[in-house]
Amino acid sequence: MSHSTDIEIRLLMEAIYAQYSHDFRHYSGASQKRRVLYALQHFGCDTISSLQSKVLHDPATFQQLLDILTIPFTEMFRDPTFFLAVRHHVVPVLKTYPSLKVWVAGCSTGEEVYSLAILLKEEGLLERTMIYATDINPASLEKAKQGIFPLDRLQLFTANYQAAGGKAAFSDYYTAAYNAVRFDRTLSENMTFADHSLATDNVFSETHFICCRNVLIYFDRGLQDRAFGLCHESLCHRGFLGLSTKESLDFSSYADRFEPVVKQERLFRKR
Amino acid sequence: MSASSSHEASSRFIDAIVVGASAGGVAALSEILTNLPVSFAIPVIVVLHVPSDRPSHLPDIFRHRVGMRVSEAQDKEPISSSTLYFAPAGYHLSIENDRSFSLSGEAPVSYSRPSIDVLMTSAADAYGANLAGILLTGANFDGAAGLAIIKEHGGLTIVQDPDQAEMSTMPAAAIAMQRPDLILPLEDIHALLAQMKTN
Repeated sequence: MSHSTDIEIRLLMEAIYAQYSHDFRHYSGASQKRRVLYALQHFGCDTISSLQSKVLHDPATFQQLLDILTIPFTEMFRDPTFFLAVRHHVVPVLKTYPSLKVWVAGCSTGEEVYSLAILLKEEGLLERTMIYATDINPASLEKAKQGIFPLDRLQLFTANYQAAGGKAAFSDYYTAAYNAVRFDRTLSENMTFADHSLATDNVFSETHFICCRNVLIYFDRGLQDRAFGLCHESLCHRGFLGLSTKESLDFSSYADRFEPVVKQERLFRKR
Repeated sequence: MSASSSHEASSRFIDAIVVGASAGGVAALSEILTNLPVSFAIPVIVVLHVPSDRPSHLPDIFRHRVGMRVSEAQDKEPISSSTLYFAPAGYHLSIENDRSFSLSGEAPVSYSRPSIDVLMTSAADAYGANLAGILLTGANFDGAAGLAIIKEHGGLTIVQDPDQAEMSTMPAAAIAMQRPDLILPLEDIHALLAQMKTN
């Protein structure tokens, strides 16, 4: 049973790639299998083959499946010590450039993009920074663009912001209405949101700092290497790369192309 | 192999051991892993529920208690023999078919992330019948479904005797879902591990 499930999942990913050009063929197997089995329940399908047929013929089903296959796992200033390390070790170097490009790769619903914008604003860098925020899920990008987050997350975001060395009152940055908060428009003036896949697309700009956190864990080793390659190619001489605290370059063929800046926080610099 | 004995179980070839524990788990895990023979080479992979809002100190705690190498499982790391791995706090830990680790931030399962069910289910896929799953003390229901899947794949399933567990909920839930191969007190689980063979 298990073996045929693996075959069916592989065929489903081939079908999605052929029909929609979204490439999930080299994602980590265990979590992808869980997502697909969950999707079966969600769509009331008995077999993966029947889900495949539904997805192939109905783009709306595919969009829903895309939401299931891409796992939102983000919060503002998630792992505050990472942002503290960015303030102490990346910002001083960024201040030496007349203009800056920052790339949030796999930005999901945008929490990290706004976190970085706030940090850059407090360091006097936001006005000269272009922030590229990319993701493969158009629905997530649309949410990110709006900069509206649910009110019930604010307590956590505020605590994170303070632990991350925030210099103002967090409430300075948003206005609350109903059950949501909207982040200040001045934060998003220099943000560009774009559909970009680390699996199929190429480098689109030279950047000084790339944040790619909790994205690469869903890729197999080969695809991780492709993504590290894109980051390496995009970064300027001695540019910075931030991963999440449980991600690692150690098992990648790019391990010696980056040097740790703050190892504990998975903050690296291009060699 | 229902109603099997520890003797039968120790004659099987086991390539990995996955362990789930919750409340009371540190002491229980220490008891089964301390003083294993130096020759014990089977990787042991553990999900022990701890609060996810602070760093886990489990590897540090166990480094001084067991003879094996102890580390926190890293994403994409190939699984090595003679090593005790702990799931990092706040992530699910899975085992891929090539017997390496992967992490994920999917929603908690049974209110838990890392989830014992997630680890055990993926380990059953990767190791099939050459896997042993052990469920120890705990105050929730995580692990029951995962252990049942290990058994479906022909693996060896062991549950701590609920009467002797600090918290009986978790072992009792597993026993209620599917009868494990062995229900044992901690000292007998330790003795079984000490005799276990690997490929």
